[in-house]
Order: sequence, then C-alpha cells, then structure tokens
Amino acid sequence: MFIKDELDQIAAAKETWAAKLAATTKKRPEREAKFATDSGFEIDTVYTPNNLAGMGYEQDLGLPGEFPYTRGVQPNMYRGRLWTMRQYAGFGSAEETNQRFRYLLEQGQTGLSCAFDLPTQIGYDSDHPLARGEIGKVGVAIDSLADMETLFDQIPLGKVSTSMTINAPAGVLLAMYIACAEKQGFTKAQINGTIQNDVIKEYICRGTYILPPEPSMRLISNIFEYCSKEVPTWNTISISGYHIREAGATAAQEIAFTLADGIAYVDAAIKAGLNVDDFAPRLSFFFNAHLNFLEEVAKFRAARRLWARIMKERFGAKSAKSMSLRFHTQTAGVSLTAQQPMVNIMRTAYEALSAVLGGTQSLHTNSYDEALALPSNESVMIALRTQQIIGYEIGVCDVVDPMGGSYYIESLTNALEEKAVDYIGKIDALGGAVKAIDYMQKEIHNAAYQYQLAIDNKKKTVVGVNKFQMEEKPVEGLLRVDLSVGERQVAKLAKMKAERDQAKVAALLQTVREAAQSDANLMPVFVDAVKEYVTLGEICGVLRDVFGEYKQQIVF
Amino acid sequence: MSEKRIRVLVAKPGLDGHDRGAKVIAQALRDAGMEVVYTGLRQTPEQIVSAALQEDVNVVGMSILSGAHGTLFPEVVNLLREKGAGDILVIGGGIIPEDDIPALKEAGVAEVFGPGTPLENVVKYIQEHV
Repeated sequence: MFIKDELDQIAAAKETWAAKLAATTKKRPEREAKFATDSGFEIDTVYTPNNLAGMGYEQDLGLPGEFPYTRGVQPNMYRGRLWTMRQYAGFGSAEETNQRFRYLLEQGQTGLSCAFDLPTQIGYDSDHPLARGEIGKVGVAIDSLADMETLFDQIPLGKVSTSMTINAPAGVLLAMYIACAEKQGFTKAQINGTIQNDVIKEYICRGTYILPPEPSMRLISNIFEYCSKEVPTWNTISISGYHIREAGATAAQEIAFTLADGIAYVDAAIKAGLNVDDFAPRLSFFFNAHLNFLEEVAKFRAARRLWARIMKERFGAKSAKSMSLRFHTQTAGVSLTAQQPMVNIMRTAYEALSAVLGGTQSLHTNSYDEALALPSNESVMIALRTQQIIGYEIGVCDVVDPMGGSYYIESLTNALEEKAVDYIGKIDALGGAVKAIDYMQKEIHNAAYQYQLAIDNKKKTVVGVNKFQMEEKPVEGLLRVDLSVGERQVAKLAKMKAERDQAKVAALLQTVREAAQSDANLMPVFVDAVKEYVTLGEICGVLRDVFGEYKQQIVF
Repeated sequence: MSEKRIRVLVAKPGLDGHDRGAKVIAQALRDAGMEVVYTGLRQTPEQIVSAALQEDVNVVGMSILSGAHGTLFPEVVNLLREKGAGDILVIGGGIIPEDDIPALKEAGVAEVFGPGTPLENVVKYIQEHV
C-alpha cells in the first residue's frame, strides 16, 4: 500500500524518534512494563505505515461490499440503513413476553429477538421433572404452537424479523414459527428471521445440547436444505462466537473457534449433498462486543476477511453472498458488574460503538442491571436508547469503515487474522471442530482463569470492583419471575394436551420416528406435527429415543 | 487444615450452561491446595447429594445463573440433612439478587458469593469454615 522509499524514510525517522522516546520514558516511566491486548498481542507505542508493509489494498481491504469484505458487507453500510436494533427478550409466560415485544417495538426497536427458557432450549415440556424451578426464568416457556400463537399475538410475522435463540430443538421451533405465520395469513416466503441452530458451541460452552453430534449435524443440514427451498429469506444458523467469548475466550479465539464451527457446518452440508452457494448465503454469525475497544473493532474486520477467504479458497464458493460474513453483535454480559450497576451503561455504550465501527448488521445492548437479574422495562429502554444515540446522534454512521486505514487497527486486524488462522490449523489437525471440542474448552477455560487472576491481582482494573469501590445500597426494582408462572404453564399444557385428538398425535409422533430412522428431511414432518399441537417435548422425546443423548465431557 | 486436604464438590444444579464461574472457582480452590470434583452441567439435587456423599466432601459449592437458585439450593441442603450429611458446608454463587440471600441462608446455605467476588475470598471463607 506504500512506496518502498517512503517506508524506508519512515523507518529511519522512527529509529531516531525511538531515542527520544527512550529519554522520555526514562524520565517518566510508562504505566505498564508491557502493554498488551486481551488476546495477548503486545502493543507498540505508535504504529506507522511500516507495520502494514506487506499489505495490498485490493487483496487485503478492498472497497466496502467487495471481496474480502474487510471494510463491510454492503457498499454504503449505514448510509443506507442502520443496523437492526434487536433487544433479546423473553421471560415468564408467552403473554408477558408478548407484552415486552410490543413495548420494544413501540420504543422504536426494529426487530425481535426471542429468549426461551431452559426447558424449551433443552427440548423438555414444562411438565418435565427437570423443568422444576426453571420455567420462564431465562426466557419464555414454549411447549406447543398454542404458546407460539400467544407469543406473537398482534405481531404480524410477515412484517417483522425475529431472531430465536434456539439451538438443539431449532427445527421444531422454526416449524412452530412457520405454522404460526401461516395461521396469521403469511406464506413461508414472507417470513424473515434467524434461528441460532449452532449446536457445536453448545457442546463447547453454552450447554443446551440434546443429541450427539452426528444426528445434530444432520438436523442442521436438513434445516439448510429445507429453508433453501421453502423459506428462502430465513437465516438458517447464527454461528456464535458470543458464548465462546462469554465463557472466557480471547478475541482471537472467538474468531477462530467460531469460524472453525462454521467450517464444520459447511463441510457437513456439502457432505449431505448440498451445493455451497445454495445454502451459504443464509449463514449468519453472532459475535461479542467486549471492552478492549480497538481490538474489538479489528476483530470484526478480521473475522469478515477471514471468512471471505475461507469460503472462496477452501470451499470454492462463487456467490458474493456466500463470502460475506453478516453478523449480529451483543455487548459482553461478563463485563457487567453487580457493583455500581449504572456504570454498566457506559461499558455497554463503548462496546456497542465498537460493534458499529466494526460493521455489525444487528445489535443487542445489555441492560445495566443484568449482573443482578433479568432486565427491567426501564433498563432495557436505556439500553435501546444507547443504540439510538450511536445511530442518530454521534455521526459515526455517515461514512463506511471510519477506522479503516488506521495503522494500528489494520495491524491488529492482520494480527488477529493470523492468530485465528493458526488456531484453525490446530483444529483442522485434530479433525475439525466437532473433534476439537475439548481442545477448545481447555483453551477457553485457561483464558477465563487468567482473566479472573488478572482482575484479582489488579493487573486489570474493573471500576467499582477492584478500584474506585464505594458503599452502595441494593438496587431496587429488579425484575422477578415467580414460581406461579411455572404452575400456570404446567396447567395450561395439561389442558391443551387433554383437548387434542390423541390418535392423531400418536400417528404424527410415529411419522417423526420413522423420518428420524430414515434419511428423510425432518423439517416437513416437524411442521405437520406442530400444526396439530404435538409438543416440543414430545417431538424431542422421540428424537432422544432414536438418537440417544449427548454426554458432556468434563474438562477443567 | 494442615492435617487433611479440604474436599470440595463444585456443582451446577439446574439446566443453565454457564459454567465459566464454576470452573474458575474450581481451579482456584484446586490451586489453593483443595481436592476438587466438578460435576458438570444439569445436575439434579439428588445427583449432587449422591456425588457429595460418594466423594466424601467437606464443602458443596453450587453455581446457578438461571434464577432457579430459590428452588434448587434449599433442596440440596434438605437432601444432605436427610442423608445425615448436614455438616457439609453448602455455599452458592451466580446471578442471585441480594433480596434472595436471606431466604437462602435461612434454608441452610452458609454463604452466597455474587459477581465480582475475588477468588481469594471464597478460598478464605472455606478454609475458615471447614
């Protein structure tokens, strides 16, 4: 990108300057003996064109909307349309969550993002013994289409886009969404949204797995195939680094492990006979926006470039859409403190800004009270307003990739990509992401432990936690989900089950069983079953019976 | 403390998969010289109590981030008492609102450690209370 003579001149100038720097630091020592990013990259005092000497503009950056998409996936990015402001929400009953959804839409949110409770995420109905104490706690309880109909009451599914954080039973919930949309009068081609559907990271770190890897990968490929024909604008997977980072990974590991999972899904789908350009355009990603601001901006850019290269070079993708990494971002839950919780508003704002400067397609900003409880209506509104300030008030959306060309940001983007390539090489050598689950778990745990030690020994400052502490009163007005939600949900489920045509339910479950035992695509049978109010737990029960359950390996 | 190493069961009751905290605590206790067994995810109170008895632990440390602590922590305490193991020190952590702590203590949970607790505090607490 630079002329050699000029680089030589700058290098010479920097050498002279280094003597000046040494004199300064001798007089006034620096705050740290060594500065480093969260991923452990040592940071020089200043960056110059020499740090980018090997780069080529066309090959490494390109223009926005052009390979390798370092600068963004669309030519004009937020000058056209801002990112989708999408707050993750869901708790208690379908009625309560429906009210929160409608509140958020009234406040100017532009897409929905649904959180399900843990029994739903693990494929148990609310009447299962393991659901005790968990119903409606971290998300909404959905047992059948009846709950889904309540959840989206008066919300036209052909007009909003909905992201559903559902993984192991994603196919069943998507089937319910389709059935619900059709009942509202929309067609499958009119609905938009995303299912998370990323089971590998459930094994690695999030924990809501059901089946072993092989049938899980088959289900995922079934969804890719079904949607490519029937639900063309649905994002069939959200390959998630978010939880990998929350579990403790560094930024470089977040890119590497996420893209390694992506590679495994693409491999599985190709092996199932699909053509890469038929399904890859609907793959989407989900990243974390953490505190180390500049490294985070570089992370999003590095991930975008590396995925473009992987799709083109490793999988021979031809379509530009297959090579464009589109992603959702959520600010870092782990960075929130229970101490002086209002200060979390500032943390979240900086994290959100890094995601916007990194070119995110949608964003969730955490609420300040989330280290204490589920967010209240008030705290969610402030979180949404934070995004609106970034989008409408501070001018950062009027130009594409404003951080591009910074010597430091570009240098960090290169370093992160290089480190991620290195990790992916190790994962490939182990036989791919599914085989490397315990390797990734160990790496993540080690990084998490180091992070905590750095806080405990005050190498890393956390305002209000290990520095600038103060006496404070407990926060009031926290949202609580009481146990009566569970009781009501169980009663509702019992009533619904009693009113169904039992023979029809049994026959549909038999169809699910036979499809699971054959190599048929399971999606059409899920859709048929949920329309007759066969429950999530009943369908997943059959799948558990046919395929067995995943047994966690304990690594720490 | 010097004559016998403290044995701790770190357990994840309920269905949530957030085990970063549990594993970090487990590692810190191990590095402090304790013998630590980690149960893995999705343990029922029955499984936790049975593991505690089998491993002959002095301490059961539980982590929940889903909000199910109010149901599951007391169940573990009660089951331990039923099995004649009421002397085992039970502690907990996770996303637990301050308002819930008195009820948990009343139910027999000795201490609750919230977000931001230095590892050293947990280590010290166990050393002083076993």
